[in-house]
Amino acid sequence: MGALSLSKITKSFGNVDVIKGVDLTVNDGEFCVFVGPSGCGKSTLLRIIAGLEDASSGSIRIDDADITNAPPSKREIAMVFQSYALYPHLTVKGNMALALKQAGASKGEIETAVERASSMLSLDKLLERRPAELSGGQRQRVAIGRAVVRTPKLFLFDEPLSNLDAALRVNTRIEIARLHRDLKATMIYVTHDQVEAMTLADRIVVLNAGRIEQVGAPMELYNDPDNVFVAGFIGSPQMNFLKGAQLGGRGETLGIRPEHLGISRSEGQIPGTISHVEHLGGETLVYVRNVEHGLVTVRLFGEHKFSVDETVFVTPEPSRCYHFDANGQRIR
Amino acid sequence: MSKARSALGRTVAAHSVLGLYTLIALFPVFVVVINSFKSRKAIFGDPLAIPTPSTFDPVGYTTVLAQGDFFLYFQNSLVVTIASLFFVLLFGAMAAFALSEYRFRGNTLMGLYLAIGIMIPIRLGTVAILQMMVASGLVNTLTALILVYTAQGLPLAIFILSEFMRGISDDLKNAGRIDGLSEYKIFLTLVLPLVRPAMATVAVFSMIPIWNDLWFPLILAPSEATKTVTLGSQVFIGQFVTNWNAVLAALSLAILPVLVLYLVFSRQLIRGITAGAVK
Ligand SMILES: Nc1ncnc2c1ncn2[C@@H]1O[C@H](COP(=O)(O)OP(=O)(O)O)[C@@H](O)[C@H]1O
Ligand SMILES: [Mg+2]
Repeated sequence: MGALSLSKITKSFGNVDVIKGVDLTVNDGEFCVFVGPSGCGKSTLLRIIAGLEDASSGSIRIDDADITNAPPSKREIAMVFQSYALYPHLTVKGNMALALKQAGASKGEIETAVERASSMLSLDKLLERRPAELSGGQRQRVAIGRAVVRTPKLFLFDEPLSNLDAALRVNTRIEIARLHRDLKATMIYVTHDQVEAMTLADRIVVLNAGRIEQVGAPMELYNDPDNVFVAGFIGSPQMNFLKGAQLGGRGETLGIRPEHLGISRSEGQIPGTISHVEHLGGETLVYVRNVEHGLVTVRLFGEHKFSVDETVFVTPEPSRCYHFDANGQRIR
Repeated sequence: MSKARSALGRTVAAHSVLGLYTLIALFPVFVVVINSFKSRKAIFGDPLAIPTPSTFDPVGYTTVLAQGDFFLYFQNSLVVTIASLFFVLLFGAMAAFALSEYRFRGNTLMGLYLAIGIMIPIRLGTVAILQMMVASGLVNTLTALILVYTAQGLPLAIFILSEFMRGISDDLKNAGRIDGLSEYKIFLTLVLPLVRPAMATVAVFSMIPIWNDLWFPLILAPSEATKTVTLGSQVFIGQFVTNWNAVLAALSLAILPVLVLYLVFSRQLIRGITAGAVK
């Protein structure tokens, strides 16, 4: 009860095509993350699923019901927005109760549902406050609570953590993950942050310029990217893209993650000079400049002593190399 | 230290400039009010003097109040102003919501068309308006005035309100849609409360021209039963003799309701202006 399927969804604003044909199935109870750079159409796709925007073509089904033309309130969905979007004139309780009230639920039902959601998100002490009297983190918890109250088939999150500071972001992320385990509901979560995507998702959908680049579990995308875009987008620091031909590899581009590069002062495949070193304690990032390949990032675990302008040699682990053709597609 | 002092200096300078401006702006009002309490001879003898026991004379007020219909005029003005304001705000906000919220063919064109009225004075259409009112039998009714003033106030109202409404978060309205609020409910309970400062700005800007207007009452509703205060006060201004006591008293009285309405709207108005509505 909560499987979503999109077929051949497109969306144009005037003559700008924003969504260029998306086919996707999200299974019941799955935590699915849409990730992609800013402006690639993630929010638009989510708004189409919510019914806030009409698709130019294509159809949407939840379970066996075609909801392509259903109004948002009839789709049994709930949405959490980046800007919280709490009703400023209502208390926390009023905010959480509104949807049920509109749907004609009885006082008792509303009371029970609000209580359940507020204890789940520890909002009990805030119920009588107005949004203006809450901190950012509390507002976002209320917004999540407002979604939980409705017991929807499908939860939609549009970058819910982007307005929070770093510490709060981690906490709220954990809270959302816990909520998903407790409710076992289907959730679709939009973010531009691949760390959020990797940590939360059962399955990640990588979007780029209105198209799906690849769909898969986080480790599938990390270990087996289909193309240059996915390889570059998933993983931090970013994968290095080297000129394949110079290294005697197949294809146009050779991709290698920073942690799969060896570095040596005496010998190696790619000579270069160190242009910058970042000491992060647990790991050390060394940026090496090479005339042909540009800036290459090397990630070393633990602490290492390297200094700027030193000459070093960098060597990719052959088994960890990815090869891409001229169109950026993976050669397997 | 020196920075703090220069900030203080700036504050003092700014306040003295504003204070001076206030004095200049209020001076005519002050002169009208003090003279309304003086005898005719005292008005011309020394127009700037404060009324003293020897020059005090409420004859202006007694004349105005004895002129039996003055209360009716007052009531007419109030009815016309308040009803027009209500419709300007209601229809202005509705049109602004539609223009800012919905994408439809001709949206921009419609917005421009509705804004043209800001630049073209409605008085240019007086003859046509009079013909229409005659044809529809509305001459000498307050309805005629309310209709005309509503039309006159709408362009600026729509212009200012739609700018404000564009600034309201889409997420909030979308949250309402998902929770099952109708578009009317979204408009009334979510959007209107957030544009209250802009509504007050529009109310104040539209109110004064309506209250002060002489043109349309004279043309559309000059009958005894539908005269407004501004028109009613004209009886004291003759071609040869003007009853200055009465004119000044009538003007002083006419300021009161505007002042009250202004006080009602002022807090929101100040918020509206400081929020950058009228840059
Ligand atoms: N209402 C709209 N009218 C015109 N263009 C829009 C509208 N909404 C979004 N777009 C365009 O669609 C593209 C995708 O937007 P969006 O879905 O918000 O991206 P994101 O992936 O950052 O959430 C952007 O280029 C944006 O300019
Ligand atoms: Mg977005």
